[in-house]
Amino acid sequence: MANLGIETPALAPARLAGGSVGDFVALMKPRVMSLVVFTALTGMLLAPQGQHPALAVIALVCIAAGAGASGALNMWYDADIDALMQRTAARPIPRGRVTPEEALAFGAVLAVGSVTVLGVLVNWTAGGLLALTIAFYLFVYTMWLKRRTPQNIVIGGAAGAFPPMIGWAAMTGSASLEGVVLFLIIFLWTPPHFWALALYRARDYERAGVPMLPVVAGPEATRRQIVVYAALLVPLALVPAFMGFGGPAYAIGAIGLGAVFLALALQVWRVREGRAADRAARRLFGFSILYLFGLFAALLAERSLALWFG
Amino acid sequence: MEQREQQEWERRRRMRSIAIALALAALAVIFFVATIVWLGGDVGRRKL
Repeated sequence: MANLGIETPALAPARLAGGSVGDFVALMKPRVMSLVVFTALTGMLLAPQGQHPALAVIALVCIAAGAGASGALNMWYDADIDALMQRTAARPIPRGRVTPEEALAFGAVLAVGSVTVLGVLVNWTAGGLLALTIAFYLFVYTMWLKRRTPQNIVIGGAAGAFPPMIGWAAMTGSASLEGVVLFLIIFLWTPPHFWALALYRARDYERAGVPMLPVVAGPEATRRQIVVYAALLVPLALVPAFMGFGGPAYAIGAIGLGAVFLALALQVWRVREGRAADRAARRLFGFSILYLFGLFAALLAERSLALWFG
Repeated sequence: MEQREQQEWERRRRMRSIAIALALAALAVIFFVATIVWLGGDVGRRKL
């Protein structure tokens, strides 16, 4: 097919084969990685303490490396659509700073290395869960669901919800109900988070042919779904307080943050036209990050204080 | 490839090599620390 003399970023020749260290760091999606590390650390600290601190640190490094592997493998597979979207066009592969082969090799080495080290040095329950998370993100979300169904991030969200369970498993060698509750909180948080983004980036996703909910079902249905998921998420976020692993500070935080989350979701539902609608979606997207961070920070702070002061 | 590009390419390769070396060193430290933890503190006094 003639390219009409237009050179798309995805096809730009990688003249300098191999990017800088910074390009490879960018392949690991450091912002996503930091949230993964944070939620995994919360899972670790909430678990009954039995693991040596050095092995806990090693587990956390492996979880971070596993998250980085998922990011690199995702960027390898999605390089074609990343090049078409404004939000992702500056990633290392579309810019021609890293070749797809380099990204694949980097991601594969990180994935195998992180799972093996976690399994051998800490325990194979955590190692197996990390392998499952990476495989789920790559094969189920990236390769299967992302380009086929508007439910992509609903089901695919499970991959981002596993880290607290991996953290718990690293400390205890087993899964637990507390870990499942933390998994469910992230699982229900993911759709409204990404749909808020997709609402004001709908044209980006449309251009790339990614069937996000606003593209396939329209913004109205998306707004309705955001409110439904927010209404399910906010009460679920109170469960840790009822189960006893979230204390009073967590309960107050979950109620306050939950009220704001619901209010912003309702605002997205109400304000449907023009720039105000975009602003409402952006506000919900931004706050959703703060919301999840706030919940886990409260759990982390309470548990740290309890461990510190006995 | 121009000389400036060549130098830039070599600089990046050097930095990548250093990063790989540091990662391998970190891996060696991780295995060493984990081995000590797994063996325990009284490894020198075990029955032979």
